[in-house]
Amino acid sequence: MQAAPTFKPAEAIWRVRLQLFWRGLKSSWAMFAESKIGLTGLGIIIFFAIFGALWPAYPWLMERLAWTPEELEAARNVPYGAISSIYQVYDPVTGYDPLIPGIENPTPPSRRHPLGTNQFGRDILAQLMASTSSEFMLGVLAALITVFIGTFIGAITAYYGGFVDTFFMRVADVFILFPLVSFLIVLGSMIELTLIKLAFVLGILYGFGQITVILKSQALAVKVKPYIEAAKVAGGSHFHVIFRHIIPNLLPLSFLYMMFNVTGAIFSEAALSFFGLLPGIKVSWGIMIDSAHSGGYILGGRSFQNWWLWMPPGIAITLLCSAFYLVGRGLDEVVNPRLRKR
Amino acid sequence: MKRIWQTLTSGMSKYIIMRLLQVILVLYLYMTLVFIILEAQPGDITDIYVGNPKITPEARDAIVKQLGLDKPIHERYFEYLKNFVTGHLGCSFKWGNISPTPDPVCREQRPTWDLIKERLPRTIVLFLTYTIVSFYIGFFLGKLIAWRRGAIIEYFSTVVGVTLFTVFTPWFALLLVWLFAVNLGVVPIGGFINPDSWTNIRQIGSVDCSVGISCSNIVFNQMLLWLGGLSLFWGIVYLWSRRFSYVWQRNVIRWGAVALGIVLAGLFFGGSWFGEVNRVVLARNTKFQFFVWYFEFPAGTIPLFPLALDFVQHMVLPILTLTLISFAGTMLLMRNTMLETMREDYVMAAKAKGLPDNVVRDKHAARNALLPVVTSLIFAIAFSVDGGVFTETIFSWPGMGQLLLLSALEQDYPVAIGSLVFTGIFALVAHVIADILYAFLDPRIRYD
Repeated sequence: MQAAPTFKPAEAIWRVRLQLFWRGLKSSWAMFAESKIGLTGLGIIIFFAIFGALWPAYPWLMERLAWTPEELEAARNVPYGAISSIYQVYDPVTGYDPLIPGIENPTPPSRRHPLGTNQFGRDILAQLMASTSSEFMLGVLAALITVFIGTFIGAITAYYGGFVDTFFMRVADVFILFPLVSFLIVLGSMIELTLIKLAFVLGILYGFGQITVILKSQALAVKVKPYIEAAKVAGGSHFHVIFRHIIPNLLPLSFLYMMFNVTGAIFSEAALSFFGLLPGIKVSWGIMIDSAHSGGYILGGRSFQNWWLWMPPGIAITLLCSAFYLVGRGLDEVVNPRLRKR
Repeated sequence: MKRIWQTLTSGMSKYIIMRLLQVILVLYLYMTLVFIILEAQPGDITDIYVGNPKITPEARDAIVKQLGLDKPIHERYFEYLKNFVTGHLGCSFKWGNISPTPDPVCREQRPTWDLIKERLPRTIVLFLTYTIVSFYIGFFLGKLIAWRRGAIIEYFSTVVGVTLFTVFTPWFALLLVWLFAVNLGVVPIGGFINPDSWTNIRQIGSVDCSVGISCSNIVFNQMLLWLGGLSLFWGIVYLWSRRFSYVWQRNVIRWGAVALGIVLAGLFFGGSWFGEVNRVVLARNTKFQFFVWYFEFPAGTIPLFPLALDFVQHMVLPILTLTLISFAGTMLLMRNTMLETMREDYVMAAKAKGLPDNVVRDKHAARNALLPVVTSLIFAIAFSVDGGVFTETIFSWPGMGQLLLLSALEQDYPVAIGSLVFTGIFALVAHVIADILYAFLDPRIRYD
């Protein structure tokens, strides 16, 4: 007597899924790698990520290279070993270098300060590095909130249609024409915006606007596909269809728009802090430019003197914003087949 | 009756009416949203007096009562809506009255609406000019880049375009000020007028502008009227000239209109000649009173041309900056849409027909790629006031954007909120007008 044959799949389902995912990722990467601008953007983002991640190492390194306690002890005429860590007397982001008299600031790049100091004696490179991580966090958080709202609302409006659709499209009309910059300025003058608050405000204001309309039109194209019908016939609930079938198909486009939103968020933060409207944020690239400008170091001199005060932060903002934009453009060619080279 | 109904519910009229109804709804939603968001903030306006030893709690309560902040929220909401509908945007905290006849409500203070009315034309001139210039340049370059895809110019212009598109605006503006105004000294550093050239001017034509109304505003508004009138005239002549079948006929008419407009404007702003004619005509005959009234304005006493040139000088650098920043977006968009239209069959057909390359590019591909660019132009105009905040502040151009930022920084809330709401309304109105124009341009829109 023969035993009943038991069905044994060749491979576990999650493995197949993982393999498919991996293959899709690989082919997308191949397409993405073809576009030079996308790769350039990615390179710049990685550079800034490393740059920001290295921040804790900077004081550690400088303490051994330039800011040695011995040097300080000799200058201050205190006994050897009285100063064990430079942090006792000097915080590079907010404090001033004890060995440079206040009147000499801003000092040009030197051994002690690779990018010089500003008029308050603060180390430019330290400020740049210290604020990189918060710029990243703000940009990515705001973009995530935007994309989350946009994808969800876009899928729901496309799926249900009718009143839901009309309502959210009229709301989107308001948010598309919303004077965002003016609004943030008025809001910033009323309440103390911290980084997290600003990320939420930006995310919500972007999220209900243009991105909802774009993702809705994409979701409408997905909704009429046969597999949606099949899922419904097989007894899938609304929830199941939206979350397992529509939203996964929107994600590539959402990811693309996320990149553009990161650019917008970083730009907004820099601009608002440049005009002194973000008292909740203590160190940022925008504030660095502002302190150079309000100190009269940009328009005060004819020659290129004091360049280290305002060139590095300006270039950093521009580079990081353009990096996310470039990655978006590179992804555009992956997601949008019409742009591909023949 | 039936006929009127039919006209109203068909085609273009129906589209316009539906659009206007939508706008009223969107406007209402926008105002409500602003109210809710402002209302959701902790505390109220009088919180700025918390640390002020001169304001006792009783005095603060009095201020709260005076501003109506003790009323329940729904009453305040209706009052807020009513005030905007009746055009009362409140009184500034910081700006004193300058008019010889003070506002009955605001008395010592300047009404917000007065401030906005004074500043809006300046913003519109600046932003309309740069939008048109930058869109033309972007359109032209985008077309060229797409046409020679893969050439070295594509990579170069993409890099330059993306850099300019994402550059940190205030920083870039400062860089240009540093270069052109501080180092080269070819343009003024900022501002709206050079006060030295206006000190001796107390009267323009028959209008006394020594008290209350400033002379520069009169000249500026005259300039604006002339620019608007001339553009309208040229537009009408351009459309009319298309009735003629020969190219030379069209060209004669168009260039004739341009020359006529320039001569008229030159005579008007040149001043003295018209003034003389006026006086002579007025002395001889009163029949031409109407024409005399019209031309009497500059009165020949002061040539307006140098004064008008003063504005132009101050506008050069902001317009250059804004153009550099924003043409790249148009260029990249134009490149993308152009790449799509270049694959269409009719472009292939035009090429196969043996038409010259530039004709296929300009007449067949570029014209059809224009529509998304026009859409983005509409948005650019709608957002001009909003996006201009930073540029206006850096160049100290006294427009709406600067007003908004300064009043926000100085906690002059009535002006800040008034200009915020007005910015939104302006965007909405500009958007609707542009939408209707767009529907005229593209028949596919009105019939769907």
